[in-house]
Amino acid sequence: MDVRSQMSMVFHLDKCIGCHTCTVACKNIWTDRKGAEYMWWNNVETKPGTGYPTKWEDQDIYKGGWEKNGSSIELKGAGKRKGLLNIFHNPNLPTIDDYYEPFTYKYLDLIESPQQDVQPVARPVSLITGKPIDIKMGPNWDDDLSGTPDFARNDPNMKVLSPAEQEAMFQLEKMAMYYLPRICNHCLNPACVASCPSGAIYKRGEDGVVLIDQSICRAWRMCVTACPYKKTYYNWSTGKSEKCLLCFPRIEVGEAPACMHSCVGRIRYLGVMLYDADKIEEVASSNDKDLIDNQMDIYLDPFDPKVIAAAKENGVADSTIKAAQESPIYKFVKEWKIALPLHAEFRTLPNLFYVPPMLPIMASVSEQASSDGSSLNSIAKHWDDKWLYDTSLDDIFGTIENMRLPLKYMANIFSAGDEDMIAGKLKKLMAIRIYRRHITVGDISEEKSNRALNAVNLTADEAEAIYRLTSLAKFEERFVIPAAHREQSIEMIESTADVKGSTGFGFLEKPTRGL
Amino acid sequence: MNIFLFGAFPYVAIIVFLIGTIWRYQNGYKYSSLSSQFLETKKLYLSSVPFHIGVLVILTGHFIGFLFPSLFTSIGGNSLVTFEIIALAFGFSAIVGLVSLIARRLQSDRLMVVTSKMDIFIELLLLAQFILGLWIAIELRWGSAWYGSVMVPYLWSIMTLHPDISSVSVMPAILQLHVFGGFLIIFMVPFSRFVHFLVAPFHYIPRSYQIVRWYWDKKSIRNTNTPWTVTPPENN
Repeated sequence: MDVRSQMSMVFHLDKCIGCHTCTVACKNIWTDRKGAEYMWWNNVETKPGTGYPTKWEDQDIYKGGWEKNGSSIELKGAGKRKGLLNIFHNPNLPTIDDYYEPFTYKYLDLIESPQQDVQPVARPVSLITGKPIDIKMGPNWDDDLSGTPDFARNDPNMKVLSPAEQEAMFQLEKMAMYYLPRICNHCLNPACVASCPSGAIYKRGEDGVVLIDQSICRAWRMCVTACPYKKTYYNWSTGKSEKCLLCFPRIEVGEAPACMHSCVGRIRYLGVMLYDADKIEEVASSNDKDLIDNQMDIYLDPFDPKVIAAAKENGVADSTIKAAQESPIYKFVKEWKIALPLHAEFRTLPNLFYVPPMLPIMASVSEQASSDGSSLNSIAKHWDDKWLYDTSLDDIFGTIENMRLPLKYMANIFSAGDEDMIAGKLKKLMAIRIYRRHITVGDISEEKSNRALNAVNLTADEAEAIYRLTSLAKFEERFVIPAAHREQSIEMIESTADVKGSTGFGFLEKPTRGL
Repeated sequence: MNIFLFGAFPYVAIIVFLIGTIWRYQNGYKYSSLSSQFLETKKLYLSSVPFHIGVLVILTGHFIGFLFPSLFTSIGGNSLVTFEIIALAFGFSAIVGLVSLIARRLQSDRLMVVTSKMDIFIELLLLAQFILGLWIAIELRWGSAWYGSVMVPYLWSIMTLHPDISSVSVMPAILQLHVFGGFLIIFMVPFSRFVHFLVAPFHYIPRSYQIVRWYWDKKSIRNTNTPWTVTPPENN
């Protein structure tokens, strides 16, 4: 047993309001630079939707991630043979147009325009060429556009649905959406690391953060292809690839990453997971249907004396073990089992887990039609809300099978196609809701609440704990960050007084393009 | 003049190449292939691939001839013609690739943003060198036969620090230019994106796929028998 620690994350999708505050926090700190304008290390997508870059989930297009090859796995679009043969031209590299051409507006024209008969306008200009462009696409242009032909209907996850099921999804009364915030998954089996011919990308042993060494990157650009989540980006100006670094300078001093710190809905949780590194290859090579269960097994119980002993033997700090025991991630993922990885079938063993969203997709609509059959009020010309969310819950989990987004669609995103698995998680979330409604509103009987909890094997205490961590958790409960102890190693090498007076993190090398 | 061009300049070029590439390496940040595929990909496929394959095959040919001159001097008759035709094909491939690479750059606003003056200069330099090479191959037949007996001794005399320019100085001007061009390219390596060939990722082949970096040895840090192995620096 090779016990290592990993900074892992849980995003609670029921709480995400799609405000993009995380995105803006990240952009301001890390990617507001030439060549990085188009990069969004953190982005929020609307599902159903095509995402960013467009249709990133469709690996028939982008060839990202690993695929099973006999008893082992190989990279789908990169690797030693494919990578080196395609080094002069990578046929699977997304280009700037698959993301969007970054732009700004010539605001100065508004001020400096001479007096004239018409109002001056600020024309959009490309941030690459500086010339006027017609804006075709932005990073979140599918925002809230579920149901539109250009975005929602091109969602790669719709492939698993029949045309009739797809049509049913987009009936006006049934239409639903939810937000999917994404950052780098800091995978246990990262495809970007494996694909880098230079060996510039690496996983930090101490906390599992995946980083790109800018001084070793040679722009062979295989990582962009290999990452199935498209979370490595090529900086077209410096000729180096870049990616989310989980704000490691913040983590090392005990602060939450900027996206998590700024999260308005408090949907984000960060904590340590202990895992067995010996099992990575075996787990990544498992059959599709076992993939998620096996990944859950790779994470170890931080209270098990054997695990603690093995962790100490391996040099994991006591503070890290303690953080693992208090980790909110461990609770969501292992204890309560209500969080799932995104697209586990890419086989990178991602460490970002999502509590699947329940509302509004869970709400069914009562079939109370208006008298004349239309829902538009003929006199006042407003929409009559005669179609209402059904919260009567006669049949406890009745609404799950009939939820607004088909289970098959949700399963394709969160449980590698396993509908029972995602239904199980949703039932748990529903049971907790029934339990809390019994407590706070009181229109559900205790008997019914107990029936719901029993059906999903939860005790009232557990349900209460899940409710507390979901709804009431304070900063320190959501972000359990162990001391990095970098201060000791840094002070041994250099005087920290030498950098006194400098702000931020500075540059080892000015990020200009080479000769 | 010949003494400078063929006796002294090769040494200047090689020394500049050695010192320059090492100086430029420093921490490695300044080494990159500076790929522009992200901004334009279709035309790159039709130009970069023939260019690189052509250049690599022709360069390898020059190099093998340099190391084992007897290999080619012994070729004769039809096989020599076949050999030269194959070599010419790769030469054409390199030229066609390079011309379309240059055209690709000039046609695109986006690519001009990431094009430096040095990029243009080395593209023209390479183009001149390729055209000279092709011209020599056609005009001064059969190059692969006389390369071993005429050029290789000169190159070896340079490499063994006993420059003997007698054979080069009586050669036709196109050949002299080609030789000078070759050393000029070597001279330009540290100042241009040429450097990327020095970091070609052959080490990827034996490497294991996953890389983990440990910043400090936690096992020894936790070991109380070796409490303080590193001496703090004087300025601390």
